[in-house]
Amino acid sequence: MLVEQIMFQDVITVSPDTTLQEALEIARRHRIRHIPVVQDGALIGLLSDRDLRDCSPSTLEAPADNPMATTPVRQVMICEVHTAHPLDFVEDAAALIYRHRIGCLPVVSQGRLVGIVTERDVLHTLVEMMGVNAPTTRVEVEVPDKPGMLADIADLLRARRVNTSAVMVFPSSKDGYKTLVFRIRTMDPRRFIQDIQGLGYRVVGLPTPDGEV
Amino acid sequence: MQGPTCAFVFSEAYTRYKFSEDHPFNPKRLDMTLDLIRTLDLLDPQQIVTPRPATEEELRRVHDSRYLEAVKRASAENADPDAFGAWGLGTEDTPIFPGMHEATSLIAGGTLVAADLVMAGRFRHAMNIAGGLHHAHKASASGFCVYNDIAVAIAHVKETYGARVAYIDTDAHHGDGVQWMFYEDPDVLTISFHETGKYLYPGTGEITERGEGRGYGYSLNVPLEAFTEDDSWMEAVQAVLEPALRAFQPDLIVHQNGCDAHRYDPLTHLAATSSIYRDMPRLTRRLAEEICDGRIVMVGGGGYDIWRVVPRAWTMLWAELCGRDLPPEVPATWLDKWQPESPFDLPALFLDPPNLFEPIPRRPEIEEKNQITVNRALNGTPFLAL
Repeated sequence: MLVEQIMFQDVITVSPDTTLQEALEIARRHRIRHIPVVQDGALIGLLSDRDLRDCSPSTLEAPADNPMATTPVRQVMICEVHTAHPLDFVEDAAALIYRHRIGCLPVVSQGRLVGIVTERDVLHTLVEMMGVNAPTTRVEVEVPDKPGMLADIADLLRARRVNTSAVMVFPSSKDGYKTLVFRIRTMDPRRFIQDIQGLGYRVVGLPTPDGEV
Repeated sequence: MQGPTCAFVFSEAYTRYKFSEDHPFNPKRLDMTLDLIRTLDLLDPQQIVTPRPATEEELRRVHDSRYLEAVKRASAENADPDAFGAWGLGTEDTPIFPGMHEATSLIAGGTLVAADLVMAGRFRHAMNIAGGLHHAHKASASGFCVYNDIAVAIAHVKETYGARVAYIDTDAHHGDGVQWMFYEDPDVLTISFHETGKYLYPGTGEITERGEGRGYGYSLNVPLEAFTEDDSWMEAVQAVLEPALRAFQPDLIVHQNGCDAHRYDPLTHLAATSSIYRDMPRLTRRLAEEICDGRIVMVGGGGYDIWRVVPRAWTMLWAELCGRDLPPEVPATWLDKWQPESPFDLPALFLDPPNLFEPIPRRPEIEEKNQITVNRALNGTPFLAL
C-alpha cells in the first residue's frame, strides 16, 4: 500500500508569518498536533504542539503581554523536516517515523505539500494490513525454514473453503524454523488445526490450563 | 398483571436455520431444550407466542440493502456458493442453503416480537431462544450468523418506543456485530463479557473498544482469560453490570445467553460450569426489576456442546426468567429419550458437581488478571461516576 492511499489531503497549514497565538488556536480548534508551515504551496517548516506549548505562558502567571500574539511562526518552526513521497510504501513511512521517533510525515511531491500522514494513520493501516480488525481466528504454525511451507498450509485452507484475512511470516525462536501466522475467517478452526497436524506440522500459541504452548 | 409474565417466542420453523448436518451450529439443541422445558412442565400454552418474519424494512434498519439482496439470491435452490464470498457467505462457517433468507428473517422477527411484547407491557419478560446471532454485521455474515436479530430488535424498540437499551452479551465470543452497529449510539449500551480474542474468534472486544463520537463510553468490553472459572467469571459480570446498568438506566435490557463458556464447549477455552447459567439470568432479572420494571428480552446464542450443556443451560435460563424452581436432577424420562443419540454421558444434575473438572493450575493468576481487566474497563467508562 502506498502513502498516497492513506494520507490526509486537506492539510491544515499556516504561513511563516502567522503568529504563534493564531497557530495555537488553529491546533486546538482542529485537534491536531502538527501544523506544516507553507509558503507559496511549498513546505518550509513544521510546527508541533510541543513547540507551541514551550512558547505558551504558564497558566500560573497572570496574563500580561503575551509574546505569542506578536511572534511569527517562522521564529519557532523546525526547518529540517522529514517528509514522505506519495509513492512511498506505507511500511517505509512507518520505518521513518519509528527510526526518527517523530509523530508525522508531511507528504511532498514536486516541491508542493500534498498531504500528511501521522503515526496514527500508519498504525491504523498496519493494523488493517494485519487483519486485526476483521473477525478472525488466529492460528500459528511452526514450519521448517524452507520453500513451499506456506503453500502446504494454504492448500489446506482452500480445501476447507476458509477465507484468509492476513498471513504473516515471523522468525521462530527455534533454529531452522519460522512461524506462520494466519488470521482466518472462521469461528471453528478445529478441522484446519487437525489438517495441519496431520501433515506433521506443529500448531503453536494454543492456550492450555498451564499457559501457552 | 393478568396471565403469565413470561413469553416464550417459538416456532417449529426455527430449526430451518441449519447449515449442514455436521455444522457445529446445530438446531437440534432447540428441540432438546424445548423438550426438557416441557418435560419439567415449565411451559404454559399461554406463554407461547408465534413469531413472524422481520420485514425487509425492519432488517434494513441495521443491514445494508445490497447485503439483503445477496442473502436472498444465496437462498435460491441453485445458488453458486462461490459468488457470495464478499458477503461472508458460502464459506465453511456460514454456508449458503435454500431458504436461508426466510429462516434467518424469522429468527430476527422472533427477537423483535419478544422486544415488542415487553415494551408494550403485554409480558414482563420474553425469551427467543433461537435468537442471539450477534456476529452478523451490517453487510456481512460472520460466525454462523446471517441477520443480526438482536440489532434488528434494538433498532425497532428505539424507533417505535424511543427506548434506551442495555445489551448484555455473555457468550464466550465477543458480541462484535451488535457492538459495531451501535458503536456511535449513546442510547444503546453494549456490554460484552468474553474470552480474550488472543485465541478466539472474532479477535476483537478489547477494553479499548469503547465507542466512537457521541457513543464514546457506551461500548464496554470485558475480555477474560482462557480457563476462567465460575467464581472469577461471575465476579466480573456482577462487578460490571451493577454499576453500569444503574448508571445507564435503560428502558429495556436485552441479554444474549450463549452458553459456550462451559468447560465442555469444543470451540472455546473457558472453564465455567453450568452454575453460571443459573446465576447470570438471576442477576439480570434482579437488576431489571430494580432498574427498568423487569423489562428483559433473553436470547440464546452460541453453545456447541449441544448434549451436555445447552439444554440444561437454557432450561435454567427459562426457569430463572419465570422465577420457577428446578429440581436438582434432570428428569430421567428426558435422559432416557436423548441418551441413545448422545456421544457423551448426559449429566444427571442441572448443576455440575464440584470437582467435576481438574483444577486450573494458574487459577490465582487468571483471577488476578481478570480483576485488573474489570477495573480497567470500569475506570475508563465516562458515564460511570466512580
